Order: sequence, then C-alpha cells, then structure tokens
Amino acid sequence: MDNKTIYALSTVFGKSGVAIFRVSGNAAFEVFAKMTTLPAEKIVARQMYFTPLLDSVSRETLDHCMAVGFRAPHSFTGEDTVEIHCHGSKAVIKSVIKALSELPNYRLAEAGEFSRRAFYNGKMDLTEADGLADLIDAETAIQQKTALQQMGGTLLQRYDSWRNALVEILSYVEAYIDFPDEDIPQDVVENIENGVFKTAETIREHLQGNHINERLRDGFRVVIAGPANAGKSSLINAIVKRNVAIVSDIAGTTRDVIDAYVDIKGYPVVFSDTAGLRDAADEIEKIGISLAKEKIAESDFKIFIFDAATDGPEIFADYIKSGEDYVLVANKIDKLSADVKQQLISKNCLLISAKHNENVDALVDRIYNHFNDLYLKANGGLITRQRYREALLECLENLDRFNLQKDIALAAEDIRLACRAIGKITGRVEVDEILDKIFGSFCIGK
Amino acid sequence: MKTKYDVIVVGGGHAGCEAAAASARCGAATLLVTHKISTIGEMSCNPAIGGLGKGHLVREVDALDGLMARVIDKAGIQFRMLNLSKGPAVRGPRAQADRDLYRTYMLEALRQTANLELKEAAGEGLLFNDEKVSGVVLADGSTLEAGAVVLTTGTFLNGVMFVGHETSIGGRIGDISCAGITPYLKSKGLKLGRLKTGTPARLDGNTINWNVLEKQSGDANPQPFSFLTEQVTNPQIDCGITYTNEKTHEIIRANFERCALFSGLITGKGPRYCPSIEDKLVRFADRTTHQIFLEPEGYHTNVVYPNGISTSLPADVQDAFIHTMKGLENVEILRYAYAIEYDYVDPQELNHCLGVKKIPALYLAGQINGTTGYEEAGAQGLVAGVNAALYAGGGNKEFFVDRSQGYIGVMIDDLITKGVDEPYRMFTSRSEYRLVLRADNADARLTELGHQIGCVGENRYNVFKSKINKIKEFDNYASETFASYADVDALGIAVKHNGKKTLKDIMGYPNVSRETMIKLDSKINEVEPAIYEQVEIDAKYAGYLKREYEDIALFKRDENMKIREDIDYSKIGGLSTEMVQRFERVRPKTIGEALRITGVTPAAVTALLGYIKNA
Repeated sequence: MDNKTIYALSTVFGKSGVAIFRVSGNAAFEVFAKMTTLPAEKIVARQMYFTPLLDSVSRETLDHCMAVGFRAPHSFTGEDTVEIHCHGSKAVIKSVIKALSELPNYRLAEAGEFSRRAFYNGKMDLTEADGLADLIDAETAIQQKTALQQMGGTLLQRYDSWRNALVEILSYVEAYIDFPDEDIPQDVVENIENGVFKTAETIREHLQGNHINERLRDGFRVVIAGPANAGKSSLINAIVKRNVAIVSDIAGTTRDVIDAYVDIKGYPVVFSDTAGLRDAADEIEKIGISLAKEKIAESDFKIFIFDAATDGPEIFADYIKSGEDYVLVANKIDKLSADVKQQLISKNCLLISAKHNENVDALVDRIYNHFNDLYLKANGGLITRQRYREALLECLENLDRFNLQKDIALAAEDIRLACRAIGKITGRVEVDEILDKIFGSFCIGK
Repeated sequence: MKTKYDVIVVGGGHAGCEAAAASARCGAATLLVTHKISTIGEMSCNPAIGGLGKGHLVREVDALDGLMARVIDKAGIQFRMLNLSKGPAVRGPRAQADRDLYRTYMLEALRQTANLELKEAAGEGLLFNDEKVSGVVLADGSTLEAGAVVLTTGTFLNGVMFVGHETSIGGRIGDISCAGITPYLKSKGLKLGRLKTGTPARLDGNTINWNVLEKQSGDANPQPFSFLTEQVTNPQIDCGITYTNEKTHEIIRANFERCALFSGLITGKGPRYCPSIEDKLVRFADRTTHQIFLEPEGYHTNVVYPNGISTSLPADVQDAFIHTMKGLENVEILRYAYAIEYDYVDPQELNHCLGVKKIPALYLAGQINGTTGYEEAGAQGLVAGVNAALYAGGGNKEFFVDRSQGYIGVMIDDLITKGVDEPYRMFTSRSEYRLVLRADNADARLTELGHQIGCVGENRYNVFKSKINKIKEFDNYASETFASYADVDALGIAVKHNGKKTLKDIMGYPNVSRETMIKLDSKINEVEPAIYEQVEIDAKYAGYLKREYEDIALFKRDENMKIREDIDYSKIGGLSTEMVQRFERVRPKTIGEALRITGVTPAAVTALLGYIKNA
C-alpha cells in the first residue's frame, strides 16, 4: 500500500444509466478543483453538487455529473473520498478514467483496495470485510440480506459468544492446574464437561444448518435427472426460458452436465441438465452418465423426470434415498388419459408438460418452498465463507477430543486450540495470510 | 574498596542476588549494595520457593546457571512436586525453606562468586552522565561509579506499612524504606504507580495444638530444583492444615471498616490471586471455610507461617479471629500481619532486556517492575544482570528470552507489552506453549543460549551436554528398535496391530510406565529415569507437541518482522490517536510484540504491517 490517491469505476463497465467513480486518499478533493467548475475551497462534505465534469488537463467538458465529497475519517475507507456520478456511456467512462489518471499522485485502485484501506483504517473487522465481499457479489435479494446481516456483526457476536463461553470454561480448567492445593468442587468439574459438550453441540448445529449460507452465495444445486429423452433439456429451457442446452428428439443429445444459473424468487439456483441415465455404449456418453450420477449425489435438490408415456416413477427407486430433497416429475402429460394422470398423482408425481410450459410454475414453487424452508430453519446463523467453516470444524475437532480423564494439560490444550480456532475467524492470528486471501477475492474498485 | 565498577546492583533481595551473580558470571566487576548484608536473600513473606509457573521460573534460572535452585535444594525442608498426578507439562516443583538456611546459603553462594563484591549501604540516588546513568549516590553522600546500574528495590521505594489504621514508613518490618530513588525516576519522565501486598501474622509453633490437625507431608522421593543437584539430603518436615470457620468470618466481617484496605487508606492494587482474608470473605461470600496451611519456618525455630490469612486488620481483630481456628485456640502471635504499599515503575517503560527505554544504562528487576514473588524477581534479576554486564562491557549484544523459549520470556514480554494493574505473578496458563515450556526441560531450552551469551559456566555446560547426548542416544534407540507384538500383548498393553511399532511408540501409550517398558526391553533398566522421562514425554505428547512447534514457527515469523526504531506512528494512515498513543508507549520492536499490546486492535496492527511493508 502506498500513499497515493486511488480511483476506480465502482459500477459495471458498459452501457448503463449512471456510472459512479470513487476516489479515495489525501488528494481526493483535488477532483473538485481540477475536474469541476465548483469553488473547491467552499465544498461542503456530504453535499451533492451538480456540475460540469471537466478534463483535468484540457478543461474541456466531458459530461455533466453529480459529485459529493466525504472528509476523513467519515467515509467508507476512512480517508478523504469523492464520488462522481456521471452518465454510463463507454465513451464518458473512458474519458473520465483518463482525466483521473492524469491528476498528480493518482493511480487506479487495485482489486479490493478500497476495502483494504477501510480495514487498515479500523473501519471494519475481518468478518465485516468478508460480508462486504459477499454484498458486492450479491446478485439476489436474499444474498443481499445475509451479507448485510453479516456486515452488521451478528456473526461476529455469535462467534464471540462461543469463544467467551470456552474461555470461561478454560479458566476453570486452568484454575484446577494452577491452584493444586485448592479443591475444585465436583459440580464445577461437571460444569466444565457439560459446558464443552453444549458448546460443541451448538457449533455442530450451526455447521450442519449452515452450508445453506454457502449456497446462498454460490447457488443451490438442483439436478435434473432421468432417462434419455425424458425431456430434461426441455424442462431446463422452460425454467430458464432461454436455450442453454441443445434440444432434439434423438436420445442422448445431452452428453455433458450443463449448468444454468436462475434466480428463483430471491434464491440463487444452479440447474444442472444431465446426460440421460441409461446404459450407454458410447464412451463419451458413459462419462456423461457417471458425471450425472455424481451430480445427483452432490445436489441439494433432485428433479427426477420421466416420460409419462413410456416410463413410471419406479425407475428411480435406486436413486431415491430418503428425505424431501427431490420431486418426481411426469413429463409429456399432454399425451395421457385422465385415468393415468390420476394414478401418477397418487404416486406423488408432479405432472407437467415442459414442451407446452404446462405446470412448470408449480414445479418452480416446489423448488422455492424447499429452499425457503431450509433457509428459515437455518436463519439463526450464517456461514458464508469456507474459511469460517474450516475454523469452526477445527474448533469442533478439538472440543470433541476433550475429556477430563486425560492428562489435564492436554485437556486444557484442547480447549485452548478450540478458542484459537474461533479467534482465527475474527482476525486474531496469522493476520497477513488471512488478509491476502480475503482481499484477493475482491473485485477492482469495490 | 573500589569506587568504580562495571555494574552496581542496588538491593539484596531475590532479584538483586541473581542480578549481581549473573552480572559477575558474565565477567563484569560487580558490586551489590544493600541496607543490611544480614538480610541478603531474606524471604520476607512465605518461606517457600516454587509452585506452578514459579517452579518453572526457578528451573529456568537454574538452566541459566542462577543461584535460587541450588540454594533451595540446600535450604529446603519440605519438597513437593505439585500436580504430580496431572501430567508433566503442569508439574511444578515447590519447597518450603528454612528461612535462616536460605539466607546463609544465598550469602555463601554470592561470596563464592568471582568478580562480585558486597557492600552494606543505602543507595539513595543515581548519578547521571548526560542522559545516561553513571553510578549510585549513597545515603552518606558518597558516590560509586558504574557502567550500568540495576535497581532491585522491592517494596522499599516509599514503602508504607499498614496494620489496621496504623501506618508506619518502612520497606519491611524492622527495615527503613527508600525515598531517594523515586524522584530521580520521575524527573526522567517515567510513569510510576502504587501497588500493595501483605504478609500474614507469624505464630509460635510451640503453642499450636498439632495433634488435632491434619498433616501435609512432603514427597517420599523429594526432587531437587537444580539440574546440578543429584539428591535432596535434608530431612523432610510436615505442615499442618487448619480451616477458618463461621466464627472466624463473623469476627472479620464485624471489623471490615477497621482494615486499611476497605477504609480506603491503601490505594494501591493488591494481587487478586493472593487475597487478604478480608478480601476472600467479600469475594467468596458463600464459602463458610477456607483452608489455612501452617508452615514451620525452619528446623530450629518456633516461628510458623500461616499460609492463607494475610490481612490489614488491626492487631486486636487478628488476635480474636486467629484464636477461633482449630489447633490455634491458645496460639501465641509473635508478629501481627501487615500490608505494605510501595512505588513501582510501569514496566511498559522497559525493553525486553529490562533496560529503561528513556534512561540508558539503567536496568530494573523485581517488584519495582510490578511483579510479586521471589521467583519472578530472581528471574528478572538474572536477565537484568546479564544485560547490565553486556551493556557495561560495551558490546552490542543483548540477552533476552522469547515467549517460545521460556516462562522468563513470557513474563517479561507480558510486562513490557501489557503493563500491570495488579502485582504480576506467573501462571502456567500465561504461556501459549505450555507443553513445550516444562519444568523438566528448562535446561534443554535455555542452557545453550546462556552459554553463548556467557552466563553459564563450563561445569554446568558440560553436565548439560552429557545429559542431552544421553537423551539423544536413548531417543534414537527407542525410535529404531521395534517391539514384538507377542511381548506387548503378554504385558497386557492394548495396542492395535497395525504396522510395526517402535519402543517409543509403545512408550507413548497412556499408562505405560518405565517399569513396564523394562519388562519389554531390559536395556531400558540402564537408562536413568530423568533421561527416560524426556523421551517418554516426547512420545506421550507427540501430536500435541508437533502442533505447538508449528505454532512456534508462526510466532517466530511474526517476531522476525522487525519494526524500525525510528518509526513515526502518527504517519501511519488511519491509525486513531488512541492506537498511536498505545504504540508510542511501548514502541514494539516486532509485529509480534505489537500484536500483544493491550488494547491494540488487529486492524491497527494490520495498518502498521501495511505501512512497514510498503514504506
């Protein structure tokens, strides 16, 4: 990090209504003097000004913009900051970047640098910084909500409360070690064991309930599986409402697992179209089938689809384990009699016609309800980062190793390591390494 | 007598003795100045050395060729290895001392130390040459010159004693206090504060009814403190145990307003872990009884130290409550308890070598740095003494122990990065590398280091080298020799038959003792128990130790990220004024040290890191 003033386009590059530039650093307010017609010395912080936007060298007008300044430390980065809101045409954006680059001691921001500076200036701790990365990436309403919660520190509070509980337990164990002539009452020994057990269970629940939050970031995985020509590709197309897979009537057209990213009422969902499940002679197709089986095992929700005219739901008997993470879909119902339809309904099948877009909404609702239920159940806590998950697993591993029958020094070590594992999340150890990871995943200018 | 020395140590307590001896061992012409030669090595409070954490410190002092361990081995009258049943990492040696013998052997050890002179005088001021300390001013106005000075004034700096509301000036019962030094330190801008401590009444053992009391005996096989002592030869004596009761508590509660502590006469903070009896009653209000140990102060004295009832209550209340306890109904009180309040220097003024950052050539050790305990004092004394000698010798060398090397390092690092708000005492829990920093391997951790810097003599070094070689030899043997499953099963050791197992693997199983291993391989009978133990601990702690060594490697990485001495914290972007002040106060030398400063946030350290990496 140097002392230069950094700038970047904070909105997506391309044609858009408004483009926002952010400038941060000691010389940020130079923008007013060099690139506007405003009286620079009279600029009031946190007040928007409408002004012509000028080239910093030729003083020719590039655009008309709104500009606002924030004085350190009352800004996102904790430094002097200026925002320029101009029109989002590629030509304007390019000319503004050029004008900014010609200001003395200015340079383009590196990936994640605004957040990094905010962190350095004590504006956020590590969990908050992580939450921000998600917010920037957030594409759906629910993702945004989780990211905001995390920014507010609910996650931090939760982790801290576990750490505090463990630290308290540890203090009892330590007392037992450091005061050998003091008698530790039996009820205290029991409290220690219960306390560790309880905390371990809480963390375990949190972990189990919570891969959902990683899904909120990366998307829930729904796999569409069924025999070749059951209409999988037509279904995915009906859901996505655009062509992502080649659809034809020749069995075995889809050889690869194809992903389509869809927003279902706020939930990010990745649909995978798979190769047909049947014994294939073709080598390439074989690979496709084994990939499909893998996808089914890994997925969060399975759509087992079959051609109601030729097959029944029984063909999936081997794939259905238990639980509610699947739906049986009878496709091509337009060719069926009312009797057959009734039979399929009694076998818990959902009847659709992918080709004629019939009842596809009901299927989408079913998927939404499944994920919404999961989300509501797990909403107590949020693990949106693999790093947290690993730290909590490490914590849990140490707690599970704990008992008071073993060498007390080792028992204490178990709790100490467990505490430290949680401490890693909030940035107490190996600071530099963790920072590199976090800030490496930020996009430029955000 | 000369008037010019390389190093002068002011104070003859536990810090002063180690400081003077360590300085002299390093080859510096050293003078120890003390009020009374007859009270050198006095145990002003508890007649005991060691304990948890404290025993670790004594072993470390010994590993660096200090005196305490050897002296207590000769002066000890009851030896116990604490936590013997709880695993090697948290075992701590403790011994009660014959107070007179301890003084006698300490004085003898000092007199046998080459390059060391003793002088009976009161150090009442410091000489300066520009900003640098250049000697000591004595009470009679005469001066002594020195290349470096170590202050180990204990509770004597403006000491005030309290018995109830009665106060008197003094550093210890029967001794004067020292008022002269404080103004010198204050004039140089050092931050000073007040702390308090206390000592219980002393009882006449001839008037205690020992027959009705529980006994606490020493270990059947007493283990010496020093790595050089082969065997403890002193006969062991018992202590008695009695308890406070409802009646005791009633009397104390009725007189709360008469004690100096609660009436606000004492403003300094006392140690939370060694509370006065009135403190205990307030803090543990629901407990109806507290254990009191009755510890004889020696073989040939009737004086008994009642461990657990220090107080600042007036004499008549002490009289009343002491007589309520079992066995003490008719006891004679030889001396009443008192509390003492004294000046200390904020240890954040110090560096890792215990040198005062603002005053070159001046070193501080012991209670003056806000610690409590003979062991804490002795350990600091050793570090201060070695560094004073190195400084006076004019080289650029410094001696310090880091947190991964010893409790000495943990203590000094805690003191200088966090400061103190109550007297600092060592606990094993203060170390993050407790499984590595054990009392049993202090020599392996520190003797080589001490030898390199010059404070470990050849005799000890040779003993150490020979031990280390024997450990290596046995470790190799145990790691390379395979055990037969038939033999292992025959001995009833539950071992999974997967892959070949070495003797060391088998040693690592819980409940497998040396005796069992001898049955497995009779050659082990020839291995000394102390040698066997080192390899055994290594085997039993294997997985945990591996992790700790990995942590130590990370710690060393942070310690190796040096911060320039002339860094201007106000230049670091985005640091709050508070963070700048905290950094300025300590001026950490490394990123690791910066991370440990009280109140400093990770974000602030990250900003610092970013600054030094990009500056």
